[in-house]
Amino acid sequence: MMATPSASSWTLAMNRFGIDRPVQIAIGCIIALLAAGAVYSPAFLSQDYLLQQLQIATFLGVIASGAMMVVLLGHIDLSIPWVVTLGAMMATGLSGWIGPLGVVLAIPFGILCGALVGVFNGIGVAYLRLPAMIFTLGTNAVVQGLLVLLTGGSAPQDKATDAMRLIAVGRSFAGIPNAVLVWLVVGGGMIFLLRRTRFGRAVYAIGNMEAAAYLSGIRTGRIIVACFAFSGAMAALSGILLAGYSTKAYQAMGDSFLMPAMAAVVLGGTSILGGRGNYLGTVCGVILITLLQSILSIMQMPDAGRQVIYGAVIIAMLLVYGRERSTRV
Amino acid sequence: MKTLRLTLAHNAGPLAALAIFILMFAIYIAFHPAGLSSAVVTTATNKAVLLALVAMAQTLPVLTGGIDMSVGVIFVLTNCLASRLVVGTMPEALLGILAVLVAGSLAGLVNGLIVVAGRLQPMITTLASGAVFAGIALWIRPSPGGDVQSDIADFATGTLFDTIPVGLLLLAAVVLAVWVPFRRSEYGRAALAIGSNENAAYVSGVPTRQAKMLVYVLSGLLAAIGGILLTCNTYSGEASATVAGAYTLNSIAAVVIGGTSLAGGWGTAIGSVFGAFILRTIEDLLFVFDLPPLWQPLFQGAVLLLAISVGAIRVFRVKNRLEIFQ
Repeated sequence: MMATPSASSWTLAMNRFGIDRPVQIAIGCIIALLAAGAVYSPAFLSQDYLLQQLQIATFLGVIASGAMMVVLLGHIDLSIPWVVTLGAMMATGLSGWIGPLGVVLAIPFGILCGALVGVFNGIGVAYLRLPAMIFTLGTNAVVQGLLVLLTGGSAPQDKATDAMRLIAVGRSFAGIPNAVLVWLVVGGGMIFLLRRTRFGRAVYAIGNMEAAAYLSGIRTGRIIVACFAFSGAMAALSGILLAGYSTKAYQAMGDSFLMPAMAAVVLGGTSILGGRGNYLGTVCGVILITLLQSILSIMQMPDAGRQVIYGAVIIAMLLVYGRERSTRV
Repeated sequence: MKTLRLTLAHNAGPLAALAIFILMFAIYIAFHPAGLSSAVVTTATNKAVLLALVAMAQTLPVLTGGIDMSVGVIFVLTNCLASRLVVGTMPEALLGILAVLVAGSLAGLVNGLIVVAGRLQPMITTLASGAVFAGIALWIRPSPGGDVQSDIADFATGTLFDTIPVGLLLLAAVVLAVWVPFRRSEYGRAALAIGSNENAAYVSGVPTRQAKMLVYVLSGLLAAIGGILLTCNTYSGEASATVAGAYTLNSIAAVVIGGTSLAGGWGTAIGSVFGAFILRTIEDLLFVFDLPPLWQPLFQGAVLLLAISVGAIRVFRVKNRLEIFQ
């Protein structure tokens, strides 16, 4: 039989590289957004603007990576907002507490703090069997309380260290923002983990049916804790990048990231019920949302109109390809 | 006797919430410098009723296994709307109240349509529709301000015969006029059936689509009642994202503390009302015990986390390990 490329083999090849239908539609929307922007002003297609957008997308991209890992399990991490702030404050504050050594350890310490909160979340969800939605909400409130207590009375050192500035705004290689390289490393790690390791298989298995995964010999509890720890670590890393970008850490700096992160994950085709989704989709979702926000702000749309369009676009896109099957047995 | 025991066991969650609330409120009154006076109770009530209404609004979608992340925004949106419409002469203001209630129900209807006809997940739908509602609220009230018909506001936040807070009576009226008829109707049973097992409910001929739609519409309506009362309390409207976020999150906490299962299939709005009262009393307790302000957010967070961790008792009771995955 002759090997003519048929529609189905094309689909197969695309799926092989993770370019499934949601990703294709998301890429189409990104191109449409850029085209619409280019009509408004040709500057939209300049290398400067695009690199700038990628750099800004990194904050959301890193957070969404962690959020996606938890969503794949069928859970959700609502503690992201204050873990972002925690990562930034712990990293900037360390040198104020332990002196010069704190400058060296700032970034790993910030990430570690985020991961610890994630472990706490994971234990609550995996072993105490509390609904992730409400448990992580409680954790968020506790982290917020701790940070207010810690920083409210006497402000700690809140200036970003040189290393944090470097990874957030520096351009060390061929003009590519270092932040984008950080995202590349995180993203590459995610794709490898999800597609090539037992851990990745276990994540999808738990998302589909935890009881079956457990009976197949997967230590489901540990995997869940690991995923929440990853989510916490990524939120904290993003907080550190944000602090480097804005030169300091401040209260509530992560509050505006939860909703875009969830939207990015879902727009990328990951099922909010868990078990289905690929990382490339999340990348597309993040870029899409960043571009949308950027274009709405460049068009000097008032805040009210911006929010309406933002919400409406997300709903409209999901109606195109994010629908559940209808109730059948 | 056996029926009574079963009823008690069945309603253990809401009853526990009621008991905790009574205990906390007793401590609050015992340590309050003014003691049990009508003024103290009215102040406490007026704050608590707002959250209670939003928590009731949240309960309905949760019964079906859904969630409404936009209740807080609808609450704020109707607050902004009421600060424009519930003004002028008494008939005008009453007409304004009606318009605000319709607007809140419409917001809920939009959510319901997207969830039922659009077949999107409630969580994501309401997060996104919440952004739209927040934009509209900001458009109605770009900066805080406005007014409210003062006779209505004074009545709603005052007391009847100088003893009973009107807010409490309004809350009871809403429970009797909205929750009880809904729970006793075909759609109320349908909502719980959907929460237990949507496919089974569907093949049993339960009107799943209508029930889901109704649940979101009523949720919008209840949030709008809350929004109007908020306007009566503050005499103004404000499109505050902070208020919206806080009310949405606290409403979920109140629902869980009130004994409703987040997975759907079991729960009652009355439990959520007590859950809301508990959350508000925690704040009041911080006030009477004179806790340093910096400690308050941490204390509130810790109590919230402890309250929801009570649900973990279930884990230590299971005999078959597989049961905990349900």
